[in-house]
Amino acid sequence: MNKPVKPEDTGPILKVVGTRPIRPDGVEKVTGRAAYGADLHLPGMLIAKVKRSPHAHARIVSIDTRKALALPGVKAVMTSADMPDLAAEHYEAGESASNLRDLSANVMARGKVLYHGHAVAAVAATSNAIADQALDLIDIVYEVLPHVIDVEEAMAPDAPILHDQMFTAGLGDTPTKASNIATKHRLDRGDLAAGFAAADVIVETRYSSAAVHQGYIEPHACVASYAADGQTQVWSSSQGHFVIRGLCAKLLKMRFSDVRVIPAEIGGGFGGKTTVYLEPLALVLSQKSGHPVKMVMTREEVFRATGPTSASVVTVKMGAKSDGTITAAQIDLKFQAGAFAGSPVGAAVMTSLACYDVANFEITGWDVVTNSPKVAAYRAPGAPNAALGVECAVDELAEKLGMDPMAIREKNAVRNGVRAPYGPVYKNIGYVETLEAIKSHPHMAIPLGPNQGRGIAAGFWFNIGGESTVNVSINEDGTAIVSTGSPDIGGSRASMAMMAAEVLGIGVDQVRPIVADTASIGFSTVTGGSRTTFATGMAVVQAAEKLVTDLKRRAAETWGVDQDQVVWQDGAAHCLQADKAPKGALTLAALAGSAGKTGGPIATVVALNAQGAGPGFGVHVCDVEVDPETGHVTVLRYTAAQDVGKAIHPAYVEGQIQGGVAQGIGWALNEEYVFSTGGVMENAGFLDYRVPVASDLPMIDAVMVEVPNPAHPYGAKGVGEVPIVPPLAALAIAVRHATGARMHDLPLSPSKIRAAIDAKAG
Amino acid sequence: MALVIADYADCRALTGGLRSFEVEASTVRDLLQQIEARFPGLGDLIDQRMAIAIDGVITQDAHGAALAPHSEVVLLPKIGGG
Repeated sequence: MNKPVKPEDTGPILKVVGTRPIRPDGVEKVTGRAAYGADLHLPGMLIAKVKRSPHAHARIVSIDTRKALALPGVKAVMTSADMPDLAAEHYEAGESASNLRDLSANVMARGKVLYHGHAVAAVAATSNAIADQALDLIDIVYEVLPHVIDVEEAMAPDAPILHDQMFTAGLGDTPTKASNIATKHRLDRGDLAAGFAAADVIVETRYSSAAVHQGYIEPHACVASYAADGQTQVWSSSQGHFVIRGLCAKLLKMRFSDVRVIPAEIGGGFGGKTTVYLEPLALVLSQKSGHPVKMVMTREEVFRATGPTSASVVTVKMGAKSDGTITAAQIDLKFQAGAFAGSPVGAAVMTSLACYDVANFEITGWDVVTNSPKVAAYRAPGAPNAALGVECAVDELAEKLGMDPMAIREKNAVRNGVRAPYGPVYKNIGYVETLEAIKSHPHMAIPLGPNQGRGIAAGFWFNIGGESTVNVSINEDGTAIVSTGSPDIGGSRASMAMMAAEVLGIGVDQVRPIVADTASIGFSTVTGGSRTTFATGMAVVQAAEKLVTDLKRRAAETWGVDQDQVVWQDGAAHCLQADKAPKGALTLAALAGSAGKTGGPIATVVALNAQGAGPGFGVHVCDVEVDPETGHVTVLRYTAAQDVGKAIHPAYVEGQIQGGVAQGIGWALNEEYVFSTGGVMENAGFLDYRVPVASDLPMIDAVMVEVPNPAHPYGAKGVGEVPIVPPLAALAIAVRHATGARMHDLPLSPSKIRAAIDAKAG
Repeated sequence: MALVIADYADCRALTGGLRSFEVEASTVRDLLQQIEARFPGLGDLIDQRMAIAIDGVITQDAHGAALAPHSEVVLLPKIGGG
């Protein structure tokens, strides 16, 4: 077990890192001045809207746009015929490789519509009203096809086939019959049969979860301006403006240098804003019309046409000895990918058993296309679905063995030196410490009343590093600018400023952090995968350290001493030979003010591909009370412990944990895509698709466990993904213990709970 | 010699079912070249779609990363996030 680190053990005393300064973007946001994707207005700007499919699955027989184009005020109309017909090329972008042919057909249907709400055409007009009117004038003839949305129905041999050329990969030999199963994933170790033979107790369970949306408050929005010389600018709200640039350039066959993407503030993403929907359409319409074009989705469009996460069915068979040792696990994961291949089932396979040291296992994953919106990344993609099945199975095992649910997790916990089920040997992980933090938390000692239940669940996410570029410059008065290419979706500007201030030895209020556009800084991949504080932060620290070296050189030159006679402390150079520096230390302001005399401006750039992101573990406990008459679940208290490495800005870390938990509670209790028999989402608005609001939730107690990551200068690990992993299972287990009924299908809506209570009562 | 562990089905399909093998390489770049030469298609697959854990630390696209004489190299799918 690692020793939890106290601040004094981390080396030099930290003056800024670990404190809780006010966020640098706070004032603009609370006063309504922050500019989001929909806030930009340009001279001559048009409004563009999308004509969407009324069918879940249909062949497009014809599209006639002539009447729409003839409407006064309409400046351009487009269909997929206005976009290049691309080959199935994989392009590394966003959270993973994108198939450009599929992405193109998702932003604008080509040949077939594959889900209700699929884009078929778009118009740009001088007003909203005219654009709406023009959409009604586009004549589209469809040949309606049978559709399938349920993941298991889509896997059936007689299911309607979405893609005639999709043959299941991962089966060994390539099949000759098209299928909705894009890929079979498989991961195994040991001897499964022997593992089950050695078990004294075996449980077999099946859990399903519905498709849920990331639920970001700001809808997708952009403005595109295509100049006559081919130079374009795109203002867009996204998790990665370089990825927006790359995807637009690839989809429209443009040069990257001709596409400049300027990041707007972002009102939430959670993984869902790592791809394109509107930007390529706005560019085409801007080129055709000769005007800047703005596009803003309605909430209904966000639900119907942007990525939710996968609905899933997870079956788990797990065996254990009477002492609680898990001897074998067999897991099957079926994931809905939406209209195009690429669900997060691969990650689900890898994370399923990441908290457990199990010698024998077999994990199978199925990536299945369905007539629903193409799924997009959502916090720890795939892991919550898998954890729902595995954690509930562990709870069932504990129940059968008469064992404490914490004890069975401790008994089988992964530790440093244990080989992770997904491959590498764990190093510097803090899972056991996190279990201990919950075990010793006062929450665990609170007695439960009637109709109340407690659920415990664990979760895991890898975290990632990746490519980042950072510029740090010192202004003439000694203040600093930190420019990154990483959009700030969770407070990264604050943590970047703090890390720079720590190295430079100045106050965080003397550092201005900004997010620079694609023409102003080098490539940086998306803000996602909990990578920014780790990877971009690493670049910030390195850049600030380069500047300190440069500042020491300048001071040494000024004093006529060797550089090793200069130390940097509290934002100033100090000379070890006092007689050489009769006026005392040279402050950052003094050095900056005379920079021209020591070599010119003080600035540097660091570009890196950060490696060694430390994996994160979380353990959650929640207490619920179920109203036996209505089936309503009240979350009484919730405690989430997580190994965060080192919290750079603890309040933001706590916020990440609380936010992930809140979303997980919504996923467990309320949220789901409800489809009609015609394949139409029936609850495409926040009144009918209910996310938890503050009054639905208790204060979520976030417990930070700090087991430092040696690959980061301050020990940081990513924190944004893990907290959404355990809540689905924690809630399901708590409701089970409150009602005595084990429920297998999320969300745990009042009607389902009532039915389960009735069924149990006979 | 670095020990390469290739547990994932995509890799095993190209190694003829081998779950582990040894390669003499001092960097990831060397490793990929030698793997591609020995198991055609696997080096490219790793380069495009996979991450590489070197002695327990996951790396992605780190061609210059050094391998120790007895490093353990685990091949695993690339990782994203939300």
